[in-house]
Amino acid sequence: MAAVEFKHVDVIFGKDQKQAAALLDQGKTRSEILAETGSVLGVADASLSVEEGTICVLMGLSGSGKSSLLRCVNGLNPVTRGELLIAHKGTTVDMANISSRQLRELRRDRIAMVFQQFGLLPWCTVRENVGFGLAVKGVPKDEVQRIANEKLALVNLSDWADKPVNELSGGMQQRVGLARAFATDADILLMDEPFSALDPLIRDRLQDELLELQKTLKRTIIFVSHDLNEALKLGNQIVIMESGRIIQAGTARDIIFKPANEYVRRFVANINPLHVLYAGVLMRPLTQFNRTQDQISLDEGWILQFDATNTPISLRLQNQEYPLQTLDYDTWMQDVVEVAEQTDQPLCVTQAGKIVGVITHKDILHSLLRQTALSTEQPM
Amino acid sequence: MDWLTEHKLPIGKWLGQGVDLLNQQAAGFFDSLSMVLETILNGTTAALVWLPAWLLIAGIAGLAWWLHRSWGLVAFAVLSLLLIINLGYWQETLETLVLVLYATLFCMLIGVPLGIAAAHHPLLYTILRPILDLMQTIPTFVYLIPTLILFGLGVVPGLISTIIFALAAPVRLTWLGISSVPNTLIEAGKSFGCSKHQLLWRIELPYAMPTIMAGLTQCIMLSLSMVVIAALVGADGLGKPVVRALNTVNIEKGFEAGLAIVILAILLDRLFKQPAKQPAGAP
Repeated sequence: MAAVEFKHVDVIFGKDQKQAAALLDQGKTRSEILAETGSVLGVADASLSVEEGTICVLMGLSGSGKSSLLRCVNGLNPVTRGELLIAHKGTTVDMANISSRQLRELRRDRIAMVFQQFGLLPWCTVRENVGFGLAVKGVPKDEVQRIANEKLALVNLSDWADKPVNELSGGMQQRVGLARAFATDADILLMDEPFSALDPLIRDRLQDELLELQKTLKRTIIFVSHDLNEALKLGNQIVIMESGRIIQAGTARDIIFKPANEYVRRFVANINPLHVLYAGVLMRPLTQFNRTQDQISLDEGWILQFDATNTPISLRLQNQEYPLQTLDYDTWMQDVVEVAEQTDQPLCVTQAGKIVGVITHKDILHSLLRQTALSTEQPM
Repeated sequence: MDWLTEHKLPIGKWLGQGVDLLNQQAAGFFDSLSMVLETILNGTTAALVWLPAWLLIAGIAGLAWWLHRSWGLVAFAVLSLLLIINLGYWQETLETLVLVLYATLFCMLIGVPLGIAAAHHPLLYTILRPILDLMQTIPTFVYLIPTLILFGLGVVPGLISTIIFALAAPVRLTWLGISSVPNTLIEAGKSFGCSKHQLLWRIELPYAMPTIMAGLTQCIMLSLSMVVIAALVGADGLGKPVVRALNTVNIEKGFEAGLAIVILAILLDRLFKQPAKQPAGAP
């Protein structure tokens, strides 16, 4: 079920929104609209559906409208036209048409946000910052304290609870920001370039921590990033935006192997596949192969053998049998390559304990080639 | 040019008539306001004078300790107040203290909400700015005359003139503090569902507090600088001996009273200055 659904959303900033919208309908570009009306086109005709419990990354350069679109979800930006539907208490609420009371209720209970510049209150302690959303909701003090402590433990900051927040490093401050967003138990998290202000190493670690937390918390996360590496690493769904429009939306695999246009292709050319691709992207799903009786024939003479219950049981090469080598769906490409190098046989990819696909050496080479081919074709 | 001077605009006349009109139509209002204020101020002064001096000094020393935890300041407070008693200006000092504190209180009561409103409504600030400029720059004696007419001789016209002169500081500094709250903090507040009221109390005021407190100390200092002028319209206090010294060309008396004013100013400044460091603000 879609937790958040955008239907033909336009966002226009400025006084003359009607006229700007009319020009937009005539197919005028952003700069033409700006020149004629003085209004800035933030987002044009964005349609997108974000499934519950998934991470959707809005990716694009600055000015691509990704933040403008994100900020519509909790009403920091108004929706000029179109619908923005959020599932709430069994019904759907349209953000384009919401009372201020309902908006406040949504912000308190359903949607939390993490900011690029952290947005922490410098006069408060770490714990008070984490409890901010709860205090605003009117939760009793000791309850606020209890939940704040719990969330601080989640982000490994328990020892810092009573410190003033500006004594913390940037990475730690953003952990406080994360804990604050988790504290209200809002199931929709908006993250506006949360890791962009951090050092690369810290950023990498926080990305890992976020993925780890997401495994248990299963929130619906809309994440804005200007870094495709980050987008590919985090996103179940990746949405690429340019000049206020959505260019392509799809899985990491779609983006890398079927870039919709030149713009996306250029982005893909500059990623580091070892750190952002994972087994799930590299594999070929079992359903893609031609099945003959209880066998699938892979590359280079390898055969995957199924048993009577339709489960793969072994690999065979020239009538010699080999045990299955399995990998988790989330395994990073770096580790996949390492295992492939050591075992020298096709790898089976498991998801929730079931084998869903296969990675042969050819698949690994193919993905590398595919990506390097792109980068030599299209030098930046 | 002759034509210009022959057709003089009756600005002064209009204002004079306006004040007269106010005096005639609203005399009851001004009289009763004057009476209420006078009762409050004189009552407070009488209470303070009635208290034994050592008790007051101990109280102020205690306040200094409570606010700043500094033995140095406590020692300074005690010694300086003893010096004032020694000079023989204890009662005058208390009268001035009451005048200054009430003027500051009223200034803050009016100025802080006004500053907040101005920060939230740019149009209001545009209107307010020239008025604040006027209040700060117009020579005090000019509005001393109408306040004298409306409120009569005594402590009240002194209080009103002091308020007019000092009000701009808290308004401006509150405006500055509230309007310099970083946008990220406002958005953080909004995105967690703050109402306007909560935004003000949980985000804007705490952020602006050091600036507002700077407005408070400025307001106290400005009020103190009006002490002598307040004495001219009959307000009791340390201004009176200064004026008297001026009239009788009495250097000794003038210096002693002046010293008492300076001591009071330093003491109030150190007491109310924000002890905490300025917040680091946005990272």
